[in-house]
Amino acid sequence: MSSKSLRFLIFSGSRSKLLLRPASPRCGVLRCPGGEFVAGGWSLRLCCRLHHTASTTDGSKTKVPQSPTWEPVSESQLPPVTRVSPDLVDRLERLALVDFRNQEGVARLEKAIRFADQLHVVDTEGVEPMDSVLEDRQLYLQQDCVREGNCAEQLLRTSRRTVEEYFVAPPGNIPLPERDERSSLLKNSEL
Amino acid sequence: MAASSAGVCTACTIFRLSGRYWFLRTFSYNNNFSSRNVQTTTLHCQSQPQTKRKTDPRKWVGVVGLEIHAQIHSNAKLFSESGVHFAAPPNSLVSYFDASLPGTLPVLNRRCVEAAVMTSLALNCTINKKSLFDRKHYFYADLPAGYQITQQRLPIAVAGSLTYNLLVRQKWNQVVTKTVRIKQIQLEQDSGKSLHDDTRSQTLIDLNRAGVGLMEVVMEPDMCCGEEAAAAVRELQLILQALGTCQGNMAEGQLRVDANVSVHQPGEPLGVRTEVKNINSARFLARAIDYEIQRQTDVLESGGWILNETRSFDYKSGRTTPMRDKEGLQDYRFMPEPNLPPLIVYDNKTVPAHADPQQVVNIDQIRERLPELPNVRRSRLVEQYGILPEHSFTLVNEDGLMEYFVSVARETKAEPRKIIGWIIKDLLGLLKQHSLNVSQSPISPMSMAELLNLLEAGTVSSSAAKQVFQELWKGAGSSASQIVQKLDLGLLQDRSTLEQICRTVIDSHQEEVRAIRGGNKKVLNKLIGLVQRELKGRADPVQVKTILEEKTL
Repeated sequence: MSSKSLRFLIFSGSRSKLLLRPASPRCGVLRCPGGEFVAGGWSLRLCCRLHHTASTTDGSKTKVPQSPTWEPVSESQLPPVTRVSPDLVDRLERLALVDFRNQEGVARLEKAIRFADQLHVVDTEGVEPMDSVLEDRQLYLQQDCVREGNCAEQLLRTSRRTVEEYFVAPPGNIPLPERDERSSLLKNSEL
Repeated sequence: MAASSAGVCTACTIFRLSGRYWFLRTFSYNNNFSSRNVQTTTLHCQSQPQTKRKTDPRKWVGVVGLEIHAQIHSNAKLFSESGVHFAAPPNSLVSYFDASLPGTLPVLNRRCVEAAVMTSLALNCTINKKSLFDRKHYFYADLPAGYQITQQRLPIAVAGSLTYNLLVRQKWNQVVTKTVRIKQIQLEQDSGKSLHDDTRSQTLIDLNRAGVGLMEVVMEPDMCCGEEAAAAVRELQLILQALGTCQGNMAEGQLRVDANVSVHQPGEPLGVRTEVKNINSARFLARAIDYEIQRQTDVLESGGWILNETRSFDYKSGRTTPMRDKEGLQDYRFMPEPNLPPLIVYDNKTVPAHADPQQVVNIDQIRERLPELPNVRRSRLVEQYGILPEHSFTLVNEDGLMEYFVSVARETKAEPRKIIGWIIKDLLGLLKQHSLNVSQSPISPMSMAELLNLLEAGTVSSSAAKQVFQELWKGAGSSASQIVQKLDLGLLQDRSTLEQICRTVIDSHQEEVRAIRGGNKKVLNKLIGLVQRELKGRADPVQVKTILEEKTL
């Protein structure tokens, strides 16, 4: 796969299996053995057999490659393993307000980092980083007219507590408790 | 950050003299020369003889960089179509996007882009034809989405300069022109407003302001004291008001300034900086910065060190206090905004053919449409009317004063310099005394012009004219000539009456006459004053003086 699509895999697929090798090679084309039994219009192609051939005799042109075009990355090519220290867990919790203070959470984070480390293998010399698929689209500029607003009632209905058309929030940011207090406070904390 | 190249600012330098006392001289706008003696208790006790310091006086120089947020004067907000008004019922100008309800997306407002481009052109910036939007994440109740859409990596304009003028009132009215470099100008969203209710331990959030477009102008730390910063902000305010991109009202929060202040010794690397927030007017800005420079100098002189923190300015006490809790540096986790493609602005060479004009922002077209900027206006006034540069500063600085002056100059044949004298000294003085704007002046340009015409024609003397002016100020509705007639302030034409009065005054004040004959010329002014009082100021002072001189000598 090209480097661009590899990046998308990581953006969207971090919940998928965090392994460096695929469990089973996914390739080939799902083909219905008897094309003449297909009814008109949309029909579900029930796959009877997985074919490893590259033939497309039923005439459909697909852009999906017939065999894997990427190779699994070996551990030696990757930078050293990043360990997530309790300090870092602390900091990340404070920044993202996500509770992951247990072995499973930290292990998952470390695996995700390892998976993303594969990016280091890619040679990006002279390549402009892409941060949006919309980069060659025109940014739409709208006119300076007031067409929205005046829905205070509906917005205030979404809030549990309101005072005279204002939303109510706690006073300022409540600081997170210190690490020693935190372990007793949070239920799932194992660190 | 580049070190300040100008070196030491002459207006404020901190000296340390002979160990015990050191003076801080600050030159303020109002011609007050204020000096503060600060006594620093040294470790040497009184029993030891005071040893004279052999080292050179240590000069601490302040370094000030400003971050100015200017609210864009537009009908709708930056990424949504809700309105922008100052005092509206709470949460009435909020759309679903501003409240960050799920499923809403940002759509950029064309007027905000134009405003940013106009401001960048006025500040001589290089405009990036392609700029990108980013998300800046932090948690606070008035930021409902948890992030603010800003432009961190590639802002819309970089590398500009702002030229401002500093009035140095020492023995002469000297105007110093200084330049501060502008690092970048970027578009960003505003956050909502939070009202802290400490009694009930809650905060009330009003999202009317959330999502309004802001132009953040980041300046390089080229300034060295509060006065320079205040002058720069004032100049920027005038420019923005002239362009119409921002109304520049600091009290209403349309222009917000945060100052980054540090001190260092010239030649050494820059010190740790602190950020000062919550500054509500240009005057408080100067005070806050001076206080902060002072505080940092005190800390460093006593051997402490400066923390990199955010401090809030309290205008009542004139002091800064630490604001945020001690978290250390905030990590904003900048990330590219995935919902917005890059913003492309064009010029005449790069505009694509058959492009929808509504979708195209053309820099060259905007440059042609730029209105007259304040410094151009000042030089035009000096050229057209032959007035002094510092007068043109005052004219442009006060809202509406320039228009007033131009209308008066149109109606009267008096010399512009005389008009300036009346407008700046008398009219402006009274306006300031009563805290009125030029637009609220009881004296219209027409009445002013009439009065000056009378003065020119010789119908009234200058002292009588001042009395007429006071009458006009009370605003009874009568014109200048009517007042002159009513109070009989016309110039005394009859020379014989004048001579008679002078003779009476001389006869009744023989002592003063002897003093004048003895060589004391100043007493003559007293006699002139007496004569004028007799005549209710109707006499021509020059004439009175010549007659008195004749009679006494």
